[in-house]
Amino acid sequence: MSDARTAILGRLRASGQTGPLPDLDTAVLERKQWPATERAALLRKGMEAVHTEFLEATPADWPAVVRACCDREGFKNLLFGPTSEAGSALAAAWAPGGTHLMPYDRPVEAFKDELFTGVDAGFTGTVGGIAETGGLLLMPGPAEPRLMSLVPPIHIALLRSSTIQDTFWSAVKHLGWGRALPPNALLISGPSKTADIEQTLAYGVHGPKRLIVVLVDDLY
Amino acid sequence: MHADTEIKFRDSAAKALLDPQLRANFRRAMDGLIFKRKAQFPNPRDLEDLRDLSTAIRSRSLLNLPALLEQFETQATKNGIQVHWAETCDQANELILGILRSKGAKTLVKGKSMVSEEMHLNAFLEEHGIEALESDLGEYIIQLDGETPSHIIMPAIHKNKNQIARQFSQKIKDAKYTEDVDELTAMARKVLRQKFLDADAGLSGVNFAVAETGTLCLVENEGNGRMSTHVPPIHIAVMGLEKVVATLEDVAPLYAILTRSATGQAVSTYFNLITAPRGAGEKDGPQEMHLVILDNGRSRIYADPQLQATLRCIRCGACMNHCPVYTRVGGHAYEAVYPGPIGKILTPQTEGVGVRHDLIHGSSLCGACGEVCPVKIPIPEILVRLRREATHEDVGSQVNGKGTGRTATEDWAWRLWALANKRPALYRVITWFATRFGNALPAGAPLIKDWTRTRTKPVPARRSLSERVRAKGVPHV
Repeated sequence: MSDARTAILGRLRASGQTGPLPDLDTAVLERKQWPATERAALLRKGMEAVHTEFLEATPADWPAVVRACCDREGFKNLLFGPTSEAGSALAAAWAPGGTHLMPYDRPVEAFKDELFTGVDAGFTGTVGGIAETGGLLLMPGPAEPRLMSLVPPIHIALLRSSTIQDTFWSAVKHLGWGRALPPNALLISGPSKTADIEQTLAYGVHGPKRLIVVLVDDLY
Repeated sequence: MHADTEIKFRDSAAKALLDPQLRANFRRAMDGLIFKRKAQFPNPRDLEDLRDLSTAIRSRSLLNLPALLEQFETQATKNGIQVHWAETCDQANELILGILRSKGAKTLVKGKSMVSEEMHLNAFLEEHGIEALESDLGEYIIQLDGETPSHIIMPAIHKNKNQIARQFSQKIKDAKYTEDVDELTAMARKVLRQKFLDADAGLSGVNFAVAETGTLCLVENEGNGRMSTHVPPIHIAVMGLEKVVATLEDVAPLYAILTRSATGQAVSTYFNLITAPRGAGEKDGPQEMHLVILDNGRSRIYADPQLQATLRCIRCGACMNHCPVYTRVGGHAYEAVYPGPIGKILTPQTEGVGVRHDLIHGSSLCGACGEVCPVKIPIPEILVRLRREATHEDVGSQVNGKGTGRTATEDWAWRLWALANKRPALYRVITWFATRFGNALPAGAPLIKDWTRTRTKPVPARRSLSERVRAKGVPHV
């Protein structure tokens, strides 16, 4: 189909559309700034409005907070990435018994059915958050596979308040995503939802039915 | 010549107006969307600044389009995405069929994609023995009934929950009748989860393509986009060639204004940035990724500096939500893939202004669409321009089908009008007859009946203005 490519690009070039490029005034984005200490509350407000649940934790006790949540909810298992930073810290603190910590350590093809039907919850870290609208930034990869935050009916995400940025725009710049993106990166603002039936909001349509954020206060 | 081939928006609109259920469904939905969008922009200065920035970003992208497309292709290819180009929908369909056949794929699960609607991909694949299943809840609902989307963002907006409840109970195996939206959603979840698991390939659209990184951006709330693109072993994306922007920083404001304009959300549930198929050491994600870049008339629209603005569109649907015509007649009356104001300027340009002459006239030119458009597409001005070009063969015009919207009746009427206005004696005879006997013309007379179909017949004055002025003794009239 290189013929199509040549023809299309040829037509676009032949039309000779050039001219001075309009300036980009990003003041409207730059205006959106909050002190670091206010960002967590703002993020929380935005995400709670779309049914995200929050658990508060400290840098020291967050594994215990995750564990207590699993015990309380009665999860039989929790899918985690054993080589990720958050995953390995969680595993190190995990006492035997109760919820089984299930490693995502094989290609999905080896346990696709089990992933879809046999997992109660998935646990992932995050690389940041968005204060303005609420939202988590995730960078799935070898240590934390892509489907962990999507297929299990409940997603538990660890968020450190120091990583929360003002806006998606400032986060993109801060994380350097514009220069080199990993194979998959994403923003998640709540549990999966739809309003396709009569504009009525319903949660848990295809992805997780619940999103639980473990918010670690690490601003001193 | 267009009179025979024209698809009559007027007739389908008239039919839609008689359906009280349809009108109630749209009115309620559009009122809600207008209200929610407004709530997202409490500060008019922020709104205008964001619209200006978004417009500038889209204009820049279009001015650089050929170079950006090449840069995107190079980068995406480096990332492991196989990039294909299609001039027509037929070519794009064949390309996708070829990819699926080469892998022995029999089932395709789809995230929402308007370009695939443009291609009529589902019907094409079914003809060739491949199941194409929509997974966006709204798309799934309409596919069950063999319908097309009536809104680009909320495809099943024309149905209410009773209609959907009845449909599910009849068409989904073992489903009971319920009008509970959560239960209906759960039913679809159950069916579609199995389909995601079993599908041989997944297909998605693209909201933005980033040239700098070769990334495909997908905006969604349901998670079906992520499921379709990450669970099956093959991911095929389709996009119109106008979707590319220079950088990810450019995407941020467009994303911010897209969700707010579309559904009145500050942010969508998911914003997925897909740059590559499963990489070294990764345990999931598609093993193979393809992207089909579709022209289908876009490069022709691109050639005209004013009409090019059509391609700035980010498909938010705000123009239809605010359109007094769309709200009353719904999306199906347009008999086009893209309904509402944006469809009224896009469809005639791709299918021909003569063929879809009905659409460019199906507007009151109230201007609401232009006022809310996040990328300031001058839809009313473009409508007026297309109305002219549909009946004129202007030199240099690139408009598809220019001049083919002329009809013999209209031609004849204008010639007579010109003649009467050039000859005072003839003009006086005509006005004399019109003032004395105009009222005797039946409302159903030719030409008059188009006016009186929905309005009362105008009553001519007993004396023309010039007669009355002359009677007052004013000279030289």
